Amino acid sequence: MKDKLMVLDEQQKQTGVSRRAFLKTITGTAAGIGISQVFNPVLISAMEKALETHPVLWIQGQSCTGCSVSLLNSVDPSIADILLKVISLQFHPTIMAAEGGVAMENLFKIAEAYNGKFSLVVEGAIPVAADGKFCIVGEFNHQEMTMVDLVKDLGKKAGSVLAVGACAAYGGIPAAEGNVTGATGVMDFFKLYGIQTPVVNIPGCPPHPDWIVGSIAHLLTKGLPELDDDGRPVIFYGNNIHDNCPHVEEYDAGEMAMTLSDAKGCRMDLGCKGPDTYADCYKRKWNSGMNWCVDNAVCIGCVEPGFPDASSPFYEPA
Amino acid sequence: MAGCKPQAAPVGAGKKIKIAIDPLTRIEGHLKAEVEVKDGVVVDARIFGGMFRGFEQILIGRDPRDAIQITQRICGVCPTAHATASALALDDAFNVTLTENGRIARNLILGANFLQSHILHFYHLAALDYVNGPDVAPFVPRYAKNDVRVSKDINDIAVGQYLEALEIRKILHEMVALLGGKMPHVQGIVVGGTTEIPTREALNAYADRFKIVKKFIMEKYLPIVYLLAGPYGDLLKTGGGYHNCVAWGVFPMDSAGNTLHKRGVFTEGKDYPVNTALIKEYVKYSYFDDATTGLTPSQGKTVPAPDKERAYSFIKAPRYNNKPHEAGPLARMWVTNPELSKIGQEKLGVKNMRDIGDAAFSILGRHVARAEETAMVAGAVEQWLAEAVPGKETYVSAPIPDSSEGLGLTEAPRGALLHYINIKDKKIANYQVTSATIWNANPMDDMGQRGPMEQALIGVPVPDTENPVNVGRLVRSFDP
Repeated sequence: MKDKLMVLDEQQKQTGVSRRAFLKTITGTAAGIGISQVFNPVLISAMEKALETHPVLWIQGQSCTGCSVSLLNSVDPSIADILLKVISLQFHPTIMAAEGGVAMENLFKIAEAYNGKFSLVVEGAIPVAADGKFCIVGEFNHQEMTMVDLVKDLGKKAGSVLAVGACAAYGGIPAAEGNVTGATGVMDFFKLYGIQTPVVNIPGCPPHPDWIVGSIAHLLTKGLPELDDDGRPVIFYGNNIHDNCPHVEEYDAGEMAMTLSDAKGCRMDLGCKGPDTYADCYKRKWNSGMNWCVDNAVCIGCVEPGFPDASSPFYEPA
Repeated sequence: MAGCKPQAAPVGAGKKIKIAIDPLTRIEGHLKAEVEVKDGVVVDARIFGGMFRGFEQILIGRDPRDAIQITQRICGVCPTAHATASALALDDAFNVTLTENGRIARNLILGANFLQSHILHFYHLAALDYVNGPDVAPFVPRYAKNDVRVSKDINDIAVGQYLEALEIRKILHEMVALLGGKMPHVQGIVVGGTTEIPTREALNAYADRFKIVKKFIMEKYLPIVYLLAGPYGDLLKTGGGYHNCVAWGVFPMDSAGNTLHKRGVFTEGKDYPVNTALIKEYVKYSYFDDATTGLTPSQGKTVPAPDKERAYSFIKAPRYNNKPHEAGPLARMWVTNPELSKIGQEKLGVKNMRDIGDAAFSILGRHVARAEETAMVAGAVEQWLAEAVPGKETYVSAPIPDSSEGLGLTEAPRGALLHYINIKDKKIANYQVTSATIWNANPMDDMGQRGPMEQALIGVPVPDTENPVNVGRLVRSFDP
C-alpha cells in the first residue's frame, strides 16, 4: 500500500535519521527512570515494522489540552523526536497544520486505510447528555459531529485505544459531582455502545509524558501492557505513593508537616492522598525530574478512578 | 510552497459565499469559524464555541481551597493563570495578606508560564499559518494553496526555531515546576501564598534555565516576528475589530498591589479606570437560559440550555459598559503603553506601544504585541529573581471563613481573567469565571453587537475561498 510506505520513507527522508538508529538510542538509555524499561533491544525491528502500519489519531473531547501539553514535556525521547521519528501522528487538533475539512477528511481517510490497525488516543471526557451537544468536534460532509459520534465511529475501527488523562480514562473533572453534561470515560462509553476494542487507561491530571510515550511504545512493540483492575499499565501505576515516598521514614517516626510550606515531614495531616494513590511519581518526578507534588505540597490522587471527588477536600486528611 | 500570493481576481465576484472552518485547529479547545465572503473579503462572521464542561456547577458545595486545583483544569496551557486568579479570589475572601516572598514566588511561577504560553502560541500554534513544516504528519496535510510567502531559507530557519522552541517551552515548564511542583497543573499556588519556600539551589536552577530562554526570546522569537512583517506586511492592515481593550493588570510589583501591566479599560478611543460592576455577561445567542442574561459575575448564573434555537455558542458574551472589548497581549500592551524593545523601536521607528497606532490592531499587530510582551515579562523575571530571598516564608495560613466573597482579577497569557467566589457555611455557594477566550471568542450579544473576534474578521481578505488561510490567521492572532 502506497500510503503505508510513504509515512516511513518520508519521515526518514525529512529527518535524515533511520528509525532503527533512533530507536537504538532510546532503548540504550540507562535504566531507572525514563521509558527504557518498556523496550528490549530485540524488539526494535518489531517496533519499526509496527510503526509503518500503525498511525496515531489523537482526538480531544471535554479536555483542557493539559495531557497534550504534558506530552510536549517528554524528555527521552524528546517531543521533536516523537513527532518526527517515533510515531506517525496523523491527527492532533492542537498541533496539526490542517484545519476544517482538510483535517477531517484526512482523519477519516487514515481511519479507513488503517482500519483495525491505527491507534486512537482519546484526550478528554465524552459528554453523552443532550445527544452529545456539549462537545462538537468538527464538520464532516457538511454534518456537525459530536464527540459521541466520533468516538463511536473511530472506536470501532481502531486497533487499540489509549484513554489519556483522568477525563478520558474515568471521566475526571467534567464527570465530578455537579456535572450536567453526562461526561464519561472511554471504557464506560464503550460498554454503553458495545464496542469491543481494547482500551489502555493512562490516567493522571495530566499523565506524566513517560506514561503516555511508554504505553504507546509498548502497544506498538509488544501489544497490550499488563493492566491492573482499573485498566492502567502496571509498570507505571503498580506501586503505592505513600509506601515509596521519601517522606515515609518521617511518617514512621511520627514527624508530620505542620503547614503547607514545611519542607520536612509527612504530608498526610495536610491532606496528602499518597496512601490511596498508585503511580511512580515518587521516583520518576516531573518536568525532567525537577520536582513532584508531594515534595512541593500534597498528592491529590489524580491517577485514581474517583478523582476528583474521592480525594476531595484536597487539603483535609482522608 | 513559498511564493503562493493571493489571487488578484476574487472568485465569485458580487456573490456571497459561506465558509465553515470546523474544527479550527491549533487553539486550546473547540472552535468553529463561519464567514461570509463577498468580493474577496469577509462581510459577516460567527464564532462557535463548541464545548461545555460545567466547572461553575461542579465547584458548588466544595471546600473553597479546592477551587485553585479544580479551576486550573479549565486550561492546560495556562493553568497557572487560573490558579493565580482563583488564589487572588480566595486571598480576598479569606482576608489574607501575602508575604513579600510569597508574592515574588507567585510571580516567578506565573511569569515562567507566561513566557511558555507565548512561545508555544507563536511557534506551535500560529507559525504554521506563515511557514511550512516538514512534509510529514502532523505538518501535512495542509491547504493546497496556503499562501506561505517566505523564501526556503527563511522557512528552514523558522522550522529550526519551531523545534528549538519545543525545547525552550519545556525548559520554561521546568522553571514553573521548580517552585510550583509540576506542570501542567501546579500544586504550589495556594490561598495565602505558595507552598515551596525557594532554596538558593532552586533559584539558581531557575536562573540558569532563564538565561537560555531569554537569549532565545531576544535573538530568535522577537526578530522572527518582525521578519514576518516583510512578506506579510498587509496583515498589519487587517483584522482590527473594535479597538476596545480590557486589561485587569498582572504581576504585583509591591505589597500595595501595583502591577507590571496596568489595570485599565480603553473604549472608543478613551482610557477609563476599571469598575467591575460594569462587566455583564449576555447569553441571547449562547446556549444558556435567557433568564440569566445581563448579570455581573457576582450575580452570575450558569444554566446550560443546549437546545436553545437561537443560540450558536457555549461561550457567554461579556461586555464592559455594554460594549465588546478584546483581551490579550495587545489589550494589555495598549493599556500599559510601555517602551518597545530595542529591536521593536528600530524596526517600527516608534518608541512606545501606542505609537504604533492603528496597525497594532491587526492580525500581525497582535503577534508583535505578544512578542514585545514576552520581552517585557522576561525583564521583570530578572527583577523577581533578584528580589526572591532564599529560605524566607512564602505562605500564610488562614482559616476558611464561614461566609465571605472574593474577587480575583489577573491576566492569563491570552488575556483578562476574573474569578469570583462566594462562600457560605465554609463551602462554595457560587463561583464564576470570566476568562480571556470568553472576552474574545464570544457570539453576538443581546444588543446585536458581534463578539470581538467576529468583528475583527469583517474586512479580512479571503481571495481564495477554497483556501481561506486568513480566517485562521485572524482567529489565532487572539490565541483563543
